[in-house]
Amino acid sequence: MIKLVNVNKYFGNLHVLKDVNLEVKEGEKLVIIGPSGSGKSTTVRCMNFLEEPTSGEVYIDGELLTHRNKTELVRKTSAMVFQQFNLYPHMDVLHNLTLAPIKLQKKSKAEAEELAMKYLGLVGLADKAHVYPNTLSGGQQQRVAIARALTTQQKIIIFDEPTSALDPETVQEVLDVMVRLSEENITMVVVTHEMGFAREVADRIVFMDEGRIIEEGTPEHFFTNPENERTKAFLGKILRQ
Amino acid sequence: MNNGVFAPWRWEALWASRQEFIDAFFVTVEVSFFALILALFLGVVFGLFSSSHNKILKGIARVYVEFFQNTPLVLQVLFMYYGLLYAGVDLSKTQIGVIGLGVYTGAYISEVVRTGITSIPYGQTEAALSQGFTHLQAMQHIILPQSVKIALPPLVNQMVALIKNTSVLAMIAGGDLMYRSNAWASNGTLSYGPAYLTCGILFFCLCFPLTYFAKRYEQKLKSVGNSSDKEVGAK
Repeated sequence: MIKLVNVNKYFGNLHVLKDVNLEVKEGEKLVIIGPSGSGKSTTVRCMNFLEEPTSGEVYIDGELLTHRNKTELVRKTSAMVFQQFNLYPHMDVLHNLTLAPIKLQKKSKAEAEELAMKYLGLVGLADKAHVYPNTLSGGQQQRVAIARALTTQQKIIIFDEPTSALDPETVQEVLDVMVRLSEENITMVVVTHEMGFAREVADRIVFMDEGRIIEEGTPEHFFTNPENERTKAFLGKILRQ
Repeated sequence: MNNGVFAPWRWEALWASRQEFIDAFFVTVEVSFFALILALFLGVVFGLFSSSHNKILKGIARVYVEFFQNTPLVLQVLFMYYGLLYAGVDLSKTQIGVIGLGVYTGAYISEVVRTGITSIPYGQTEAALSQGFTHLQAMQHIILPQSVKIALPPLVNQMVALIKNTSVLAMIAGGDLMYRSNAWASNGTLSYGPAYLTCGILFFCLCFPLTYFAKRYEQKLKSVGNSSDKEVGAK
């Protein structure tokens, strides 16, 4: 479904991704973990060309993603949930959800609103349809952002550290929504530090460090029997917390 | 006879020539209106250029802004007037006023637009791109509507400056309010007092409502819950 082939990315002289090869299959829940600065976010941002690889290829459904076709291809396939939510502050919640379906997918207003209300219900915020984002808590804003991603009905949703900017007490409400989501037939790519979530939801976990994929496998493999020393050290540190 | 600066007979003379002032007022309104449209258009276009990631577009915008901001408006208008005359291009003084003021104010407005755009967190653009909006659509639906709130006060300042700057047309006998007020007084009765006072009041009547309604609109925009700061501060 998404395939990265020998992807390298430089920011100036900084080599942030080194020969990354990764394939995400349809319906798969892929979780990417690793220390800060290991290239996790850059990897997923290459999947929708928010970052364009310096070299290497990205394929979506077998089609090569290029600067020229990125808007069209992204529009058809993926949605993203950001660390900082990035809701549109000048629109109410409902309008945040319906903007892209109406403007890009040419849905009627009624149709888009019906979808939006369905997904707001799914994240438990149907009563917040007509308020502005800045009146919501961080956890609520992120749930709205998830509903916004769902309303576009894309096959893939990319989560880039969705709980890292949240207060500890609201992290769980967002994770609960994501767990519920994982039961649907949506392809999920999740960058996270939440090991409990990774263990519960992931079909496959990828561990990155210093711009490389160091190890990948099932949650069971990862949490009981990791092979690589770096993975062991990282998990040891993070699980002891 | 009372020969004071504001002597009653001077006012009577002005009243007798009121049509001249009314005509001049509408020349100023006309030039302001069309120059403003041109300035807004240029301002948005070059504002988008200078906030884009394209180095060439950025460069073009930079040259435009620096050139027109760092030379006097009077010089630009005189240059256009005589330059075009020599080049054989026949433009009316009103047209020169519209183009001169429009291009000049456009340079300032483009800076206002650029500041408005760059003050919106980049995450907003990224969210729009990740949904499949093009850069231009992201500007249209997401960035510019948020920039308005930030750009409105300096934008109104520029509008008011433009209206007042129509007085530069007096330099080329433009038939505008400033020119006619001056000409009326100096050609006849030397009644500069009433002429200038009337001229000032008419300018005030044009500019003050603009600032007033802009303030009201700004407060209305601010009361709609849409500060983008909180989002960033949520960490």
